[in-house]
Amino acid sequence: MIIIELYLSFLKIGAFSIGGGYVMLPLIQLEIIENRAWLTLPEFLNILAIAEMTPGPVAINSATFIGYQAGGFWGAAFATAGVVTPSLVLMVAAATLLSRFYENRWVQACLDGLRPAVLALIASAAIFVAESAVVDVLSATFFATAMALLLLTRIHPVLALLLAATAGIIFYL
Amino acid sequence: MSKGVAMRQHLEVRLFLTFFLIGATTFGGGYAMLPIIHREVVLRHRWLEEDEFINVLAVAHSSPGAVAVNSAVFIGCKLRGFRGAMAALLGAVLPSFFVILAIAVFLNHYAEHPAAVAAFAGIRPAIAALIIAAMIKLGKPTLKKPVKLVYILGFLVLSAGFNVHPVVIILLGAASGLLLAYLGDNGEKKGEQM
Repeated sequence: MIIIELYLSFLKIGAFSIGGGYVMLPLIQLEIIENRAWLTLPEFLNILAIAEMTPGPVAINSATFIGYQAGGFWGAAFATAGVVTPSLVLMVAAATLLSRFYENRWVQACLDGLRPAVLALIASAAIFVAESAVVDVLSATFFATAMALLLLTRIHPVLALLLAATAGIIFYL
Repeated sequence: MSKGVAMRQHLEVRLFLTFFLIGATTFGGGYAMLPIIHREVVLRHRWLEEDEFINVLAVAHSSPGAVAVNSAVFIGCKLRGFRGAMAALLGAVLPSFFVILAIAVFLNHYAEHPAAVAAFAGIRPAIAALIIAAMIKLGKPTLKKPVKLVYILGFLVLSAGFNVHPVVIILLGAASGLLLAYLGDNGEKKGEQM
């Protein structure tokens, strides 16, 4: 049953992506593209672009989109439910127990070690996207321009992506 | 500061509507949602104190799942138990769900259009830049410490170079933190944080 498989796959992705949506990218890559082949890499990159340009968390957007591609409306519903299930269970537990475990120094030590790991996973996601997106001089120019705009100016990310889309239509069409 | 009975009865509804509005209007992923959640929950509705909100963020950030979704569930649960958690969760998730659904239906018809193909060819390199920029912004406090930078590079080599599974990277990260704390206990000063 593809709906159940979608739910379980995204449950797994949700349960192991500590630190937010971008950490999910390597997991989605492995689980959805390589293991399940529900999606090709270019399709996935399009979804990322759309997830960035639409409201809401990237994780939810990706789950809904991939779920729809693989299993229609119910696929989208079950994939989205899967990706938020760990949040629901863990956060309800945490809200109840917070004061007791958050101050614990071993928990703090864990979090301290997790931060570099999470950042490395995000960087790894960027490399993964760049490998297939930055392929020639033109796309490298797009990449460098976007990088400069995002780091040096206060440009809104959505505006940067719209500019990139416009540039794509001008230079590739 | 006590709220009226009518207000309290409708707290679930207000939680849902507040997070629905946040979810529907915040572009650029979950991290962009956090300042808006702060404005609505702490400044406008006064559901949480300032330092309570920081605790929520810390836990939401270090637990699995989308940070914005985690925050919504946590805040909902704190205010109204499981029902509050569900109301906030649905509010935060449904706008994305329906917008993406609409786009998915639409995109299936137009994905092959030359203009769409060209637009996405332009967008893809920008996405890579966007992720790196997000990483630099998120990592600022961590990136400033040279030791942590070494860890990041080590984990990056394992992940991108050797294709080590992300879950293993996460577990290694947690283990390294515990190990460092343990060695710190036996080595230098003891019980500093107790």
